[in-house]
Amino acid sequence: MSKQYDVIIIGAGHNGLVCATYLAKTGRSVLMVEANKQVGGAAITREFSPGYSVSACAHLLHLFHPQIVSDLSLTNHGLKLAATDLHTIALAADGDHLTLTRNSVNGNGLSASDRTAYSEFQNKLRRFARIMQKTFMVRPPRLVHKNMTDLMNLAKLGLSVRMLGRDDMRELLRIGAINIFDVLQEDFQSELLKGVMGFDAVLGSNLGPRSPNTILTYLYRLTGQLHSNGSAISVPSGGMGAVTSSLRAAAEAAGVEIRTDMPVKQVLLDVDTVTGIETNSGEQINSAIVVSNADPKTTFLKLVGARNIETGFVRRIDNIRMQGKAAKLHLALDGKPKFKGVDENQLGHRIVIAPSLTYVERAFDHSKYGEYSNHPAMEISIPTIHDDSLAPTGKHVLSAIIQYAPYDLRAGWESQRESFKQLIVDKLAEYAPGIKDQISASELMVPPDIEKEFNIHGGHWHHGEYTLDQFMMLRPVPGAAQYATPVNGLYLCGAGSHPGGGVMGLAGRNASIEILLREKVA
Amino acid sequence: MTVREADKRVLQTPFHSRTSALCETNLWSPWKAYTVVDCYSVLTNEYFAIRNATAVFDLTPMTKYRITGKDGLAYLDKLMTRKMGKLSPGRVMYSVWCNDLGHVLDDGTVFHLKENHWRLCSQERHLDWLLATAMGFDVDIDDETDDVTGLAVQGPTSCQTLKTMNLQGVENLKPFQLKYFPFDGTELMVSRTGFTGDLGYELWIAPAHAETLWDALFAAGKPYGILPIGTHALDIVRIEAGFIQAGVDFVPALEVVRAGRGRSPFELGLDWLVQFDKPVFNGRKALLEEKEKGSRYRFVRLDVEGNKPANESFIYNGKKEIVGHVTSATWSPSAKMNIALASLDMPWGRTDDEIYTEVYYNRELQWNRLMARCRVVGGAFFDPPRRRKTPPLNY
Repeated sequence: MSKQYDVIIIGAGHNGLVCATYLAKTGRSVLMVEANKQVGGAAITREFSPGYSVSACAHLLHLFHPQIVSDLSLTNHGLKLAATDLHTIALAADGDHLTLTRNSVNGNGLSASDRTAYSEFQNKLRRFARIMQKTFMVRPPRLVHKNMTDLMNLAKLGLSVRMLGRDDMRELLRIGAINIFDVLQEDFQSELLKGVMGFDAVLGSNLGPRSPNTILTYLYRLTGQLHSNGSAISVPSGGMGAVTSSLRAAAEAAGVEIRTDMPVKQVLLDVDTVTGIETNSGEQINSAIVVSNADPKTTFLKLVGARNIETGFVRRIDNIRMQGKAAKLHLALDGKPKFKGVDENQLGHRIVIAPSLTYVERAFDHSKYGEYSNHPAMEISIPTIHDDSLAPTGKHVLSAIIQYAPYDLRAGWESQRESFKQLIVDKLAEYAPGIKDQISASELMVPPDIEKEFNIHGGHWHHGEYTLDQFMMLRPVPGAAQYATPVNGLYLCGAGSHPGGGVMGLAGRNASIEILLREKVA
Repeated sequence: MTVREADKRVLQTPFHSRTSALCETNLWSPWKAYTVVDCYSVLTNEYFAIRNATAVFDLTPMTKYRITGKDGLAYLDKLMTRKMGKLSPGRVMYSVWCNDLGHVLDDGTVFHLKENHWRLCSQERHLDWLLATAMGFDVDIDDETDDVTGLAVQGPTSCQTLKTMNLQGVENLKPFQLKYFPFDGTELMVSRTGFTGDLGYELWIAPAHAETLWDALFAAGKPYGILPIGTHALDIVRIEAGFIQAGVDFVPALEVVRAGRGRSPFELGLDWLVQFDKPVFNGRKALLEEKEKGSRYRFVRLDVEGNKPANESFIYNGKKEIVGHVTSATWSPSAKMNIALASLDMPWGRTDDEIYTEVYYNRELQWNRLMARCRVVGGAFFDPPRRRKTPPLNY
C-alpha cells in the first residue's frame, strides 16, 4: 500500500491546480495526477512545429479571475502578461475593418447611431453581467434543500435583479433567455458590427446567433470585463502554458505533489464511497477524497463507471450536451501576415472574421447537419507580436479558433481534415492575400483531436454548453451542482461545474471552499 | 369499414377465440394494449374455482422483458432492491425496483430461464428505464411481451390438472421454481408462481401454440372443476393474499406528477425486499436515508368491522383525524373477513392503534355511513399450507 493522501485531484488543468493549491494551503496533503506529460490541461503552450510553439487550445486570457491571481500570488510565481486590453478587429473584405473596445467601436462608414448604440448596449449588458458575475463567486443555490446559505445566495440574486430598477429588470427578463440575433437587430445597423458581436456570443459553443441562450453566453463573456484589473483580453507571456506554469509553481510551493504522465483508469469505490484511484499502470493510491477536474461525462461514465451510480443520475450525465463545434488552427509563418486594412500596430490585437450575423448563422447551419462550415468564422491571435519566445526571431505564429467543425463530421475527419484546413487557409487568404506563401508549417485540431489530446469528452472545451438548462444549479446536472456528487468523497472542480470554463479558475476555487466546508478532516 | 390489423388500438390475446367464446357476460377491460375478460359468467363461481378447484387466467398482457448477456445478474442487482445473486437458473424471484428517490417504479418477478437468460415480468412498461440502467453493463434488453403468452393455472387441483396434461414431474416444482416440458412440438415453460396466494402455476408458451395449450388444459382439467376466471375474481384473491398492485395500491414512480406521491418499498410494507449488502442499486441512497430518518407512510392489512367493503375510504384515528386511506378492499369469502389494504401516515398503523374507516354504502338510494373499527393484521388474510407444500396433495 502506497502513501495516503488527504485529497487526490484527477487532472492538472487550471481548475485542478487552483483547487489543489487552495486545499494545500490549509495543510492538507494533496496529490495531483495528470494523464499528459505536462500540466495545464487545455491551457498549455506546446510546440507544433520545430521552433514554433502555440497555446494549443485556449489562446487568449479574458476571464481569469484576479482574486485567484492575488490569493495564489501568481505574479510571484511567474505569471506575466505580454499584452493586455486587446481590441477586437472585425475584418472586412474590403479592408474597412472595425475596432471594438470595451466602450467604443470605430471604423470607416460606421454610423453615429451605431457608435452610440454600441456603448449603450455594452454598458447595459455589463450591468446584467455584473449580477451573473456575483453568482460566480459562490456555490449555486439548490432550491429543494432549505439550506440557509443557499437561500441567502438566492435572495441576493433576486435582490440584485430587483435593484437594477424597473426598466433594466424588465429588459433583462425580456432578453435573458433569447437569442442575440434578434436583440442586435433592434439596435444596430452595421452588418459587420452585428456579425462580430454575434460571433462573441457563440464562440466555443454549439450555438448559432439565432440559437436561444446566446444573450446568456454573451453575458458570460462580458463578466471578464468586470474584473478589478479591467484587462479584458490578454496574451500571457509564454502563451497559456505560462498561466498554468505559474499555477503549478504556486501549487508546489503550497506542498502539492504533482505526478504527470499518469492516466487514471478508475476511481476506486467501496460501494458508493471513494477509497482512492487506480492508474492505468495498475497503481492504487488511497484517499478518502477524490476531486475530478475531468469533465462530468469522463468522470462518471468512465472513471466511476455508470454501473456504480444510480440510473436517474446516469441518465442526466449522459444527456449533458457537450459536443465540440470549434476547431483550432495553428500556422507557422515566415513573417508578419498582412491583413487588408490592418496596420502593424493592430496586428497584435484580437482579429475576428465574422462579416455578418447571417454569415455566422450559415456557418452554423452546416455543422447542424454534420458538415463543416463552407465559410467559417474565426478568432485569430498572433501572439508572437507580443512575445518572441514562441517562434524563431522574425518568424511568427498564428493561432485561430474556427467555427464550426462538428465533432461527428458525417464524412469522417480522417479524410476531411486536410480539405477543411485548405478551406480555412483560403478564407484567411481572402483577408490576408499573401499568407499562403508565408506558411511553413500548419496544424488543424478538430474536436476529436481536442478530445484525445486534452481528454475532454466530445472535445467541448467548456465541458458542456452554457445554456440555461446547464447553468448554475443545473451545471453539470442537478445532484452534482455544488461540487459534491452522489458518490461520497467524490467532488468535481472542472469547467463542467459552476460557473464554467474559459480559463477562469473559479470552479476550482469554489470547489475547494465546498470541500473544506463538507470534509472536516485533517 | 374495416380496421387494419396494424392500426388496432385494442389487441386480442392469442387465446381470444377461446376466451371470447366462454365470456357470457361480455365484460371486458383494457390491460395495456390488450382486452381481457373481467368476468366470464358468475363472479362467485370464478372465485371459488381459484380456492377450491382449478382456475385459468389469461395473463398474456403481462409486460415481459428478456435480459441476456454475461452481466445480467450484476445488472439485475443494480435494477432491483433485492439481492439477485442468489437467483440460480430455474428459479424465480419477486422484487421491486425504484428510481433515485427510492420510490417504487413497479413490482414483478424475475425468471432465470437458463444460463445468461432472464425474463422480467411486470404490470407496467419499463423499456426506457431498463435501457438507461443498462449503461455500463454487457447486457441486451428486449421487449418480448408479444412473443410469449401466458396462462395462470391456479387452485388446489391445478397440479392434478397439469399432471393429467402429462407434464411429468410437475408436482416436484417447488414455489418459485420453473421447468421446461415438451408440448405441441415446442417448449412449454411452467413456473410455480402466481398472484393468488394459493397453490398454482403459470404456463408460458409461444403465441402460435396458445389455442392448443388452452384446449389441452381444459380437457385435462375437466374432472378437476377447471374454470376460466377474469380480473374481478383475481382481484379478490390477490387482496386476500395481501399482494399489492401497481396503479392501485401505489402509483408507479414514473407516473407520479405531484412530488412526493410515490411510495418507497418501506412504505409499502416491503422492507424484506430491500437489501443493502450489495453493490450500488437504484434507490439505495434515498432508502438508506429513509431507514435512518424514518418513513412517511405505513402500509397495512386491515380487518374491518362489519361486512361492507371499505373501498376508497378515509381512515381516522380515535380523535377523528384523517390518518390515511384504503387502497384496496373486499369481503374475503375464504377468511370470512371484511379486509382492506391501506396506506397510513406515520406513525399510525401500529398493532394496537385505534383506527376506523369511514364506509359509505347505499340501500335502495338511501346512503348510510359507518365508522368501522379496524384491526391491523400481520401477514396474509388467507394463506393455506398447500401454497407451499411440495409435492401438492391430491384434492
